[in-house]
Amino acid sequence: MTIDLKTVKHISKLARISLEEKKAEKLADDMNSIFEFIEKLNELKTENVEPLTSIAETTLRLREDKITSDNIREKILKNSPEKNDDFFVVPKVVE
Amino acid sequence: MTDITSLSLFELIKNIKEKKISSNEASKSFIDRSQKSKKLNAYVTENFENCLKLSKEFDNKPNYDLKLPGIPIAVKDLFCTNEVRTTAGSNILNNFFPSYESTVTQNIWNEGGILLGKLNCDEFAMGSSNETSFFGNVQNPIAKDLVPGGSSGGSSSALAANLTPVTIGTDTGGSIRQPASFTGTVGLKPTYGSCSRYGIVAFASSLDQAGPMSKDVKDSSILLEVISSFDKKDSTSIDFKRNNYSSELTRNIKGIKIGIPNEYRVEGMPDEIENLWKKGIEYAKDCGAEIIDISLPHTSYALPTYYIVAPAEASSNLARYDGVKYGLRSSGESLIDMYEKTRSEGFGEEVKRRIMIGTYVLSSGYYDAYYLKAQKVRQLIKKDFDEAYNKVDAILTPSTPSSAFKIGEKSNDPVSMYLNDIFTVPVNLAGLPGISIPAGRDKNNYPLGLQIIGKPFDEQTVLNIAYSMEEKINYKNNITDWWME
Repeated sequence: MTIDLKTVKHISKLARISLEEKKAEKLADDMNSIFEFIEKLNELKTENVEPLTSIAETTLRLREDKITSDNIREKILKNSPEKNDDFFVVPKVVE
Repeated sequence: MTDITSLSLFELIKNIKEKKISSNEASKSFIDRSQKSKKLNAYVTENFENCLKLSKEFDNKPNYDLKLPGIPIAVKDLFCTNEVRTTAGSNILNNFFPSYESTVTQNIWNEGGILLGKLNCDEFAMGSSNETSFFGNVQNPIAKDLVPGGSSGGSSSALAANLTPVTIGTDTGGSIRQPASFTGTVGLKPTYGSCSRYGIVAFASSLDQAGPMSKDVKDSSILLEVISSFDKKDSTSIDFKRNNYSSELTRNIKGIKIGIPNEYRVEGMPDEIENLWKKGIEYAKDCGAEIIDISLPHTSYALPTYYIVAPAEASSNLARYDGVKYGLRSSGESLIDMYEKTRSEGFGEEVKRRIMIGTYVLSSGYYDAYYLKAQKVRQLIKKDFDEAYNKVDAILTPSTPSSAFKIGEKSNDPVSMYLNDIFTVPVNLAGLPGISIPAGRDKNNYPLGLQIIGKPFDEQTVLNIAYSMEEKINYKNNITDWWME
C-alpha cells in the first residue's frame, strides 16, 4: 500500500497542519518508508488476541467534583497569545 | 579538596550534611562550570540566580533530614516548573510559563533539591539524538560533534559533563536509557505507574515514564526514592508499597536468575555489541547470578508496534496546541487558518511526521488495521515477558545496537533513527522497569551500555543487579573538557 499526495493532504487537513506542496511530497515519501516498516505486523495472526489498552491494570478513580486550585486566572491568561480583559481572543468565527 | 562537580550525589549529600560544603558553594560550582560549558548547548533555560538565592536560604536554615539537602539539580525541559519557562524543546512552547509544578519535580523540591535550570531535549521528546530540538543540537561531552542520545540529550550531556550532580529524564521508547548509554552514565526507566506523569508535557501517555539519570547506580536509587510516589493527579499512577531503594540497595545477588533473550541477537548487530553482551553475562555470573536462556518471540514486532501506538497517542495529545490559550500563534484569516498556520510553524519536521502518522492510523477506515492491530501485538509482547518472568527474575540485554553516532549522520533517515530504540522499546510497551549502565567502550572509545530489565514494580532487583555488576565492570568516564576554551 502506498500513501499518495492526496491522502497526505487529507491527513494534514485532519491534523490541522498546513503543508507546502514540496513538504507534502517529502512527507509522503517518509510516511511510505515508515509504513513499509510497520507492515511487518501483518505477519502475525491476532484474531483471538485481546488488545492491550492500558498497561496499568487499574480502574480509573473517581474524585469529588470540587475546586482544588486557587484562583490562577491571571497566571493562565498571562500565557495567552491574545486576550481581551478576562477572555481569550480568536479570529472571527461568525460572518 | 576535589572538585565539587565531580562528586557523586551520595558524596555531595554527605559533604553537605557534614557541613564541609554549603549548598551555596555547591550551587556556585555547578553554575560556574555550566557557564563555561555553553558550547554543549545542554541548557534551554538557566535558573542560576534563583538557585543561588534558594541555596543561601537553605544554608541559613538548613534541614539535613531531607533526602536532597540543598542539592542543585537541572531537569529535562519536559517537566512543567511553576513560573519557570517550559518549552519541551519546541517553538510552539517557546514562551510558555506553567502555572503549576509537575509532581516529580515537586517531590524533588520537597526533599530540598533546588532547580539549576531546564535541559535541552528532542522536541516533545520525539527523537533519539536531540537533533529535533528547536533549540539546537546538544554536544556529547565524550567527543566533539557526537550526539548525546535522545530524547533526554541535554540531561545526559549535562550529567556526563558534571554540570549537574544528577538529573531526571523521561522515557517513552528509550529516551532515558539510550542517552545514558551514549554518555557513559546510568539511566533508569521505572515501571509504568511508579512516577507521576502529572505536569510532564505528554507525548504518548500509555508509555511515558519519568526516571533518574546519574553518574552511578547508588545515585539513581537515591533519586528514584524521591521521585517515585502515588499521585491522585495522575489517573494511571499506581498505589503500591515503594521500597527505600537506596537503603535497601545490596550487592548480594547470589542465586538471582537472569535471562538472556535469544531474539535480541538482531541481524547486523556489530561484533562489539555482541562481545559487550558476552562480557556482561560473565560479570553477572561473577556476581553470583544464574544465567538462563529465554525467548521473547515477538521482539522484532516491538518497533513497528511502537511506531503506531506512540504517534497515535501523540497526535491526540498534541491536538491541544492550537494557538489559543498559550504558546505560539501565527496569524490567519480564519480560526481554522490560524490553527493550521500555528501548528505548521510551531512544530518541527519530526513532530509533524509523527502527528501525521498518528492521525492516519486513527483515521476512519484504518483504525482496525493499524491501531487495534498494534494494541493486540502489544499484548503478545507483554505476554512474552510475563512468561519469561516465570523462569527468571530479570533480563540482561545491550542498551543500544550501536554507540553514539555523529551529529547529522542519521537525521535524514527516520527509520534508521528509529532502529536505535530496538532494545529499549519493548520495555516501554510492556510497562517494565529497565536500567542502562555503562559497561565498556567501542573501537572509538565511545561508551556502550548494558540494560537490565525487571519485573513490574521490582526496581529494587534491577538496581541491585546493576549495583553489583557496576562494581565488577568498574567503568570510568574519561572526560577531557574539550569544549571549554
